[in-house]
Amino acid sequence: MRWSALLKRLALIPPTLLGVGAIVFVLLRVVPGDPIAMMIPPGASPADIARLRALYGLDQPLLSQFITWLGQVASGDFGRSISLRQQVFELVGARLPATLELAALSVVLALLMGTAVALVGSLLRGTRAEWLLDTANGFFLAIPDFLWALILLLGFGVLLPLLPISGRLDPQLAIAFRTHFYLVESLLTLRLDIAADLLRHMLLPSLALALPFAALVARLLKAQLAEAEDQDYAQIARTRGFSRTTILQREVFPNALIPTVALSGVQVTLLLGGTVLVERIFSYEGIGNMAIDAVINRDFPLIQGLILTFAVLFIALNLAVDLLVALLDPRLRHG
Amino acid sequence: MSAILEIDNLHVAIGAANVLRGVSLRVEAGEVRGLVGESGAGKSMVGRTIFGLLPSRAKITAGCVSFEGRDLLALPDRQRRDLLGRRIALIPQDPMTSLNPVRRIGAQMAAVLQLHLKLSKRAALARAAELLTEVAIRDPARVLTLYPHELSGGMRQRVLIATAFACDPSLVIADEPTTALDVTVQRQVLQLVERMRQRHGAAILFVTHDLGVVAKICRSMTVLHAGRVLEDGLTADVLVKPHHAYTRALLAATPRADRPADALKPVPPALIESLWAEAHRLDQLAAARPA
Ligand SMILES: Nc1ncnc2c1ncn2[C@@H]1O[C@H](COP(=O)(O)OP(=O)(O)OP(=O)(O)O)[C@@H](O)[C@H]1O
Ligand SMILES: [Mg+2]
Repeated sequence: MRWSALLKRLALIPPTLLGVGAIVFVLLRVVPGDPIAMMIPPGASPADIARLRALYGLDQPLLSQFITWLGQVASGDFGRSISLRQQVFELVGARLPATLELAALSVVLALLMGTAVALVGSLLRGTRAEWLLDTANGFFLAIPDFLWALILLLGFGVLLPLLPISGRLDPQLAIAFRTHFYLVESLLTLRLDIAADLLRHMLLPSLALALPFAALVARLLKAQLAEAEDQDYAQIARTRGFSRTTILQREVFPNALIPTVALSGVQVTLLLGGTVLVERIFSYEGIGNMAIDAVINRDFPLIQGLILTFAVLFIALNLAVDLLVALLDPRLRHG
Repeated sequence: MSAILEIDNLHVAIGAANVLRGVSLRVEAGEVRGLVGESGAGKSMVGRTIFGLLPSRAKITAGCVSFEGRDLLALPDRQRRDLLGRRIALIPQDPMTSLNPVRRIGAQMAAVLQLHLKLSKRAALARAAELLTEVAIRDPARVLTLYPHELSGGMRQRVLIATAFACDPSLVIADEPTTALDVTVQRQVLQLVERMRQRHGAAILFVTHDLGVVAKICRSMTVLHAGRVLEDGLTADVLVKPHHAYTRALLAATPRADRPADALKPVPPALIESLWAEAHRLDQLAAARPA
């Protein structure tokens, strides 16, 4: 990607976020349900309710509420959560690392599984085994992540209780972490016992997220491998006496990878969206799980903060995918 | 002279279509043999059979291909791969698609040398630079670090020619190595192929529809039509006394000083179109040549 293209992309970020913010802000207030109604004790007087509304600025006209909120956000103040009575920024900051670690592990697992399936499928081309693999892959692709979460929960939590099915870390192992990136931190400080426990907790939810994504990667990559294998340069490698595996690894795979990354990279946003239900099912303390509580409680500031966080993640992800593609493809690197 | 490549009565079918119908062909050590015929005659299928690159639906229904005394079609995969790239090499038709777009020129050239000559990466790159110098590429060290898209078509074809001769093969199959190139570059590339052949002592099977090229560089020639050999012999003999009306038609389409290209004699209707295209191309070639 050229610098000018990159700058153009960066310049589009603020208006995108502004748009997302405005839509969420308006939608929240148009949809029935009111945060005050959720927090007042039964039998509160109308005067009390009015006072609470005024406290959270909910008595103001929509536009002035929006402008106030914008001004606060611009100065880094995302407001206070109504239900949790803490700063949104701190709440999200404490939970986001858990989600990022879970999503990252899922993506790594999915890439490993998807690549392996695609390579094996390519080597088996034309056999019955290839057909079986494709069929199985289609099955994995068809089942969405939250269903996998339930299946894994039943399978490995209940029927064959091998793995923990809730939470992020065994409370007995909890130490005073300096950051909220528990996995990264425990690996860096060589607390491998803690890292292992974190991974055990993450395994089922990340598998649920990874399985359909892995199937997608496998299907895309396998198709791209087949296409690259037909290209002249791959055929010419055969006239030079290289083995099929060498050609697959050196000529075909690097070329097939480029469109695969471009096409599947965007789908990582779906995986991130999937964390909402999957974290809920496994009581994993990330921002997805938090978002559901925020919605149940009509916690406007928290919902707004979380949605902006997701929007920033999606934008960053798309940008990262484009940069990665440019890195893999010398034709793009040189403009 | 002894034959290094001997194809005997080769039949290849793709589905119901008989693409090659009894092709026999000999290439002597060190000679340049032209393989001529219109588009679809089966010229590339001959090369593909030798390299084991026939389409998956294709079947060799009869015949034998022997290279340096060994039956190529019966050879186990590993031994066959040991010959390919080392003893038999290809100069492909389209330099734009024949190099891997995401690998550096140096890596692509060195890989062949490392595979067959067991050179270290460093030695292979040094040898690749020498080969690039042989094909008149200036600043070879820099070119080795470039990606294919940073080179012109003519440069890429030079790289491919250098790679073909890298392991001193005894047979190089050049499948229309100049058709995809600019007319002005075509002649340079032909000269280069000829120079590399002399230097490395290879025989060349030169696939083309250009009789002008055949007349210039081929000692012997084979004319293929619809999967069958129509003519076979020394170029001089075939061009002077063609046996077959088809060859005469091809010749008639080739411009000469004493006969303008547009004075085409009547030819079988099916051929007219391809011959016109050929004549037109030769016209352009002639126009580009300094008077
Ligand atoms: N993959 C394929 N499947 C089916 N038929 C094919 C395939 N490739 C080539 N053919 C057929 O085989 C015949 C010979 O093709 P070939 O490529 O050898 O011709 P050619 O003489 O090299 O022509 P050109 O000058 O256009 O390269 C043609 O009739 C063509 O239609
Ligand atoms: Mg051809």
